[in-house]
Amino acid sequence: MSPESGAKARRVLVTGLSTYWGGRLAQALESFPGIEAIVGVDAREPNRELARTEFVKVGIQHSLIQRIVKAAEIDTVIDTRLIVDSMVDTRGRTHENNVIGTLNILAACAGSDSPVRNLIFKSSAHWYGCEQDDPAFFTEEMARKHPPRTPVERDIVEAEAAVAEFAEKRPDVTVTLLRCANVLGPDVATSHIRMFSLPMVPMILGFDPRYQFVHEDDVVHALEHAAFTRLPGIYNVAGDGVLALSEVISLLGKRPLPVLPPWGTGLAVGPLRRLGFRVPDEMLNQLRYGRGLDNRRLKATGFQYQYTSREAVLRLGEHLRLSPVLAGIREPYRYEREVEEFLRWSPHVRRERPGSYGRDDAGLFDPSPPTDEARADAVEPAPPRSATTPELPDPGRLEAEEVIALLSCLDSEQLATLERRERFGRARETVLEAIEGARDLG
Amino acid sequence: MAPERTSLARLPQSESDAPALPAVRERDLLPAIEPDRQVTDWGRSERFEGLFDRTVVEFFYRYWFRAEVEGIENVPADGGALLVSNHAGALPPDAAVIARAIREEHPNPRSLHITVEHFFKGYPFFSMLIPKIGCVAAHPANVHRLLYDEEQLVLVFPEGAKGTEKLYSERYRLRRFGRGGFVAAAMRAQAKLVPVCVVGAEEAAPVFRQSATLKRLSGLLYFPITPTFPWLGPLGMLGYLPAKFRVRFLEPIDTVELGADPEHDRALVQTVAQEVRARIQETLHEMVAERKSIWFG
Repeated sequence: MSPESGAKARRVLVTGLSTYWGGRLAQALESFPGIEAIVGVDAREPNRELARTEFVKVGIQHSLIQRIVKAAEIDTVIDTRLIVDSMVDTRGRTHENNVIGTLNILAACAGSDSPVRNLIFKSSAHWYGCEQDDPAFFTEEMARKHPPRTPVERDIVEAEAAVAEFAEKRPDVTVTLLRCANVLGPDVATSHIRMFSLPMVPMILGFDPRYQFVHEDDVVHALEHAAFTRLPGIYNVAGDGVLALSEVISLLGKRPLPVLPPWGTGLAVGPLRRLGFRVPDEMLNQLRYGRGLDNRRLKATGFQYQYTSREAVLRLGEHLRLSPVLAGIREPYRYEREVEEFLRWSPHVRRERPGSYGRDDAGLFDPSPPTDEARADAVEPAPPRSATTPELPDPGRLEAEEVIALLSCLDSEQLATLERRERFGRARETVLEAIEGARDLG
Repeated sequence: MAPERTSLARLPQSESDAPALPAVRERDLLPAIEPDRQVTDWGRSERFEGLFDRTVVEFFYRYWFRAEVEGIENVPADGGALLVSNHAGALPPDAAVIARAIREEHPNPRSLHITVEHFFKGYPFFSMLIPKIGCVAAHPANVHRLLYDEEQLVLVFPEGAKGTEKLYSERYRLRRFGRGGFVAAAMRAQAKLVPVCVVGAEEAAPVFRQSATLKRLSGLLYFPITPTFPWLGPLGMLGYLPAKFRVRFLEPIDTVELGADPEHDRALVQTVAQEVRARIQETLHEMVAERKSIWFG
């Protein structure tokens, strides 16, 4: 069984391409030759460099998205749009995006003639809320006991309800829902990271909540894993280990600052917000009660986290110490439609250039459960896959006959590489047979 | 001891291409224990607990209450087990004494997880300190995870707050045991039930009255009037009288022998709960009758 023979995603639509997760995911998917087409939609322009993802500037109008889905024969829709931090946008726009947007995306995938077979929806552990009578570890089957307390939680509950209804109506579509814990990492921006980057980290006096984190890479890998494995249902995405906030602060090398009063916390936060200390409502509940998730269901499907909660915190700590030194070194990416179109469509662009699937951590994630050696390798940035034999074309882009014609002029090492790529890519039987034949001859 | 756990457990690869989830024992997927952690995933701090144990608990257990333990062999040396005890006292000293008794007397000194009301998680300072010394909220899911997945010892007080708010005049009279949720939890986790009797807590922290007004004002679970509380402030809660403590662990009940899926049999759950309650009550009467002096045992 080749690792990707069970791969289900071939033609992918990423909604919310210009959000952090949409961009990261599209970049990640580009490194898998098995994925034929990646189309991204968003109302804003992408903020990350993409090599072969097609960007279509479109809002959340379902009729337009539906046309794209049908025209491109999209089999997998990955929705990464959900805003889970009330500080990102205004209340109205957040609701519009989270609830109305989700309904529109679902409508675009509906219809009996829709080519969509998989829907992957990135949600948040805020769905569970934070309450006094919570269990220490939420499992996916647990229902919320209390109605949502904050607007963002309400949005998430509503959006998930819509997804669940879609899943019920369309049993032929595999619907995967990922509930992510608080994300940490050098690249992502969240309210918690902003709080942790303060010289002293505020706490509510008399509370030391339990916190669980997931590294940004693990979230991207979980989305990839969902695209490559059939995962119907809900899955918590959270690194191993639940930390106490005091432990988090000491791992970051900071000092706790228990300034928020235990009673009337909401009132006290008002003036702090005016001072520029951005505490969203949903964070206040977490600072009081904390939250832990049971991550075993996703692990049981073969997914392996690269970072525990503690390691994610340590990585963030390193980044926070390094970021003032690195500030302003890298120029931010700007999307220029003309340039992107030239790169994709001009006949003068050499498409088979080495490293065209340029992602540094392409080797980090393999949709199959990696072996122990692979894991050990993965700790160091693996070289891009195509770097080993630069002159070798990517079989995914050639017709079967073309590949077979090429075989006679390759040596055994190149043949092995080609075979691996084909097996991990389009896995055409004729090609694989021909390669085997050529190897026998050699 | 807890079984060795690893987050990197190799999953058995199914031969077919069917994407069916591999049947992994859920225990194997528990988070690995990282050596450099300050607290466990439950928020328990070994350092803080040790400090508390060596100072406050040591003093009360050894010198103040002069606790004596019987039947320690009834506490299983491994596997999950649910200890069920009577409960008394304004700030109940019984939990700490039982935990200490196991650490002190048992050949395999296992740590005990003490279930407490959800109230503590919402009250400042309690919320911070209570998990650090090994208390977890009495949520069925928590008890199940501890008993079944982590195979730990868990202590429950089925009387709950009803036990601790009862007055001195009602001492050693067990309140009702709820709906038998603790029995169902043990059955689901296939864990042993160990009834525990504690004599002495009622006299160590006698409650003369409960004040409803002060309870509302302070937001506490209940507001007892004891010889030292509220007169000496919050520390008055620790103003125990030097009653002699006796702890007796009774013979365990093996829930595995009760057939398949016994937790869905409401009648059986109630019967077992009543049985446990009756055994504790009987033994308490026996122990009180044997006792010659409240203070010297």
